[in-house]
Amino acid sequence: MFDALSERLERLSSSLRSKGRLSDADLEEALGDVRSALLEADVELGVVRAFLDAVRERLSGELLSHSLSPGQQVIKAVNEQLIEVLGGTPLKVTYASRPPTVVLLAGLQGAGKTTTAAKLAHWFKQQGRQPYLIAADLQRPAAVEQLRVLGAQIGVNVFSEASSPVEVATKGLAEARRLGRDVVIIDTAGRLAIDQALMDEVRDISAATSPHYTFLVIDAVTGQDAVHTARSFHDVLELSGLIVTKLDYDARGGAVLSARGVVGRPVVFASSGEKMEDFDLFYPERMASRILGMGDVLSLIEQAERTMDADVVAESAGRMMSGTFTLDDFLAQLNQVRRMGSLGGIMKLMPGVTKEMRSAANNVDDGEIAKVEAIVRSMTPRERRDPSIIDGSRRTRIARGSATSVAAVNQLLKQFAEMRKMMRQMGSGSTPQMPGGLGRMASMAARGAKGSGEELPAGFEALGAGMASAAASRGGKNKKKKGGRVTPPKQR
Amino acid sequence: MIALFVVLAVVVVLAGTFVVARRRRRGPRPATLVAPPRAAMPEVLVSEAAPMPVLADASLETRLASSRGVFDRVRSLSGTGDVSAEQLDVVEEVLLRSDVGVAMTQSVLDELRANGAPQGVAAALRATLLDSFRGDRHAQTDAEEGRVAVWLFVGVNGVGKTTTIGKLAKRQHDEGRSVLLAAGDTFRAAAADQLEQWATRSGAEIVRATEGADPGSVVHDAIGRAKARGVDLVLADTAGRRANSSNLLDELAKVRRVADREPGEVVETLLVLDATTGQNALSQAREFLAAARVTGIVLTKLDGTARGGIVIAIERDLAIPVKFVGVGEGVDDLIVFDPEAFVDSLLGP
Repeated sequence: MFDALSERLERLSSSLRSKGRLSDADLEEALGDVRSALLEADVELGVVRAFLDAVRERLSGELLSHSLSPGQQVIKAVNEQLIEVLGGTPLKVTYASRPPTVVLLAGLQGAGKTTTAAKLAHWFKQQGRQPYLIAADLQRPAAVEQLRVLGAQIGVNVFSEASSPVEVATKGLAEARRLGRDVVIIDTAGRLAIDQALMDEVRDISAATSPHYTFLVIDAVTGQDAVHTARSFHDVLELSGLIVTKLDYDARGGAVLSARGVVGRPVVFASSGEKMEDFDLFYPERMASRILGMGDVLSLIEQAERTMDADVVAESAGRMMSGTFTLDDFLAQLNQVRRMGSLGGIMKLMPGVTKEMRSAANNVDDGEIAKVEAIVRSMTPRERRDPSIIDGSRRTRIARGSATSVAAVNQLLKQFAEMRKMMRQMGSGSTPQMPGGLGRMASMAARGAKGSGEELPAGFEALGAGMASAAASRGGKNKKKKGGRVTPPKQR
Repeated sequence: MIALFVVLAVVVVLAGTFVVARRRRRGPRPATLVAPPRAAMPEVLVSEAAPMPVLADASLETRLASSRGVFDRVRSLSGTGDVSAEQLDVVEEVLLRSDVGVAMTQSVLDELRANGAPQGVAAALRATLLDSFRGDRHAQTDAEEGRVAVWLFVGVNGVGKTTTIGKLAKRQHDEGRSVLLAAGDTFRAAAADQLEQWATRSGAEIVRATEGADPGSVVHDAIGRAKARGVDLVLADTAGRRANSSNLLDELAKVRRVADREPGEVVETLLVLDATTGQNALSQAREFLAAARVTGIVLTKLDGTARGGIVIAIERDLAIPVKFVGVGEGVDDLIVFDPEAFVDSLLGP
């Protein structure tokens, strides 16, 4: 979507530049495109309108910078505005001077409250706290059981009994005090905002436990309804913040902006998977690029840092830059990448990756990677260090050893050579022929994030160039395959 | 082997990313909840959630109210049947706010513009939307002679698959069929317990295994048991899964294959969709259709304020008919989908 959006914005006549500012008509046209993009991302219509007004304000009268095209200027303003709105005044979780600190979770059915309760407990535990869980969802069959199982997984006790939710909450709180726990998390039943009886009930729970923090758990795939939900819960409970779940889905997550836009309280945590570890503080920059479809480089880097073995990668990456990358390094890297999860998932986080590349990555199965690994492992150490010595008979031997064909071995070697060439270019800093939208996008992302002050690895240009060259070479492949298609990736 | 090349490209980019990241890393991230300081910014973009505009407001030619609601109240006086720009704006707003989606809204507006509205905008819009629901909504319960009919339930996390199965079990039971539930969600903690409680409520049998068991084998066992006991219908639960993970979708495809093998026969694969879901529902439907050959949709949580308009796009683009609608937490709160009632509630105030 963003690819389309940025392309459309690029098309805004560059003759505008001589005027030094955007004409109103052009601005409206550009904002129309932004509007569609936001609506596609599930941002609520009213919030979209207010948002566009703010962007218009930001852009009106602003002089065009020489380094940016009018389209880029619009994207920059949109991105900055998004980050501002998503960020807001951050919430600082402080702990109650007289423990326990009480946290209440509320939300619709199926938003992920129970899982979030456990993840939150896990997070507090990692902060060195002693959390305690209260299962006050007596509505859904086996919800208490679910929390108990999750609690056991993370080593946090769960309180519940078969009485009323309010009673469970108060007794659980007393029990937590008795046990000397310093953080108490109350999981409540999912409820519709229009269900008066249940809304009264959650208000009673809140009154009985006077929580220090009340979080609304909201699902990233939610559509236009997000504003109603957020508004109603805020009216009843006075939320201190939002927790967004299911960020591992491929939804753009505009609901976050909608909810944030009506409640005026910060998004505090983000949950992005089924494992207890898939839970972290919320970063507005990442959400902004996600809503605009710009990929999520920061998450990618973090995921890489979490799962990859730093020394192994750094060593081979160093050789990669100097152009002495061997098949051994390749194997090591391949294994590192596999640890990070599915290729499709990784590709999703990368900016500027085309749909075709993404679907290609989705089609790579473990079997194929295993085949590649088998081929490399069937080579002698010397062959791995210097593939140029691999002649016909060696090829036959390798093919037999890895139970593949000579053609497959040939292909791998050819692609490896191509890759090595590409990496040398990257290492020497020369950007191969088509920097295209990728490099620009990456540098823009870098600028946007820098402005907001979040720690961000510089050198995005290098990253962009790397991707550009990857895309360029792939384009070359396509050309061969499809016969004479020379469209550069950017225009596809 | 283009895919292989993508692997290589990913390796390259990642390594580059990682090098860059390492060079720049400044120690561990602080564990406090402090985001970077910011300049003054809007706390609230919209202080009130805007109410859904009523179509009647758009029509300057509104007539007397009739008993059938907004559609009969809106009657265009103009003989040409042209739709005014204002009216189109209101229609657009109604559709967008119902999660119908930008593209589908645009095509509906184009149709309205092209066809005009001799009977008034509301009626024309209603007809256009109803036209989207052409599929066969009949839920198949009969398998071939000697085989056991299986309904497989698929969907993302938290949409209400297990609850839907519980309600459908009751419904089928009431219609005189013997039902057996297969607790194929072996991933989520206590999912089988939840289904078991529904089994008790609806008087159905249940086959379950331990957590982490192979869902295919649970379904297989359930079908074997159903065959042995002469049960009419097996309702098979599966774990919620995101629609953008090929591994999870492959697992689902496998469960479907297992369920479709003798003596089982998958007669319905029902995608459970949450009415509060936005545009992602379309990609969910697309992915699950490809992986598990979805034959129908159960739209849940329609008793809230969400309107579930995305199913219009799904029916139009993918031709998957909505078959049932969930409207509450009670065991009887599941009804057969009625396009007219749905469209009316979509366009209602």
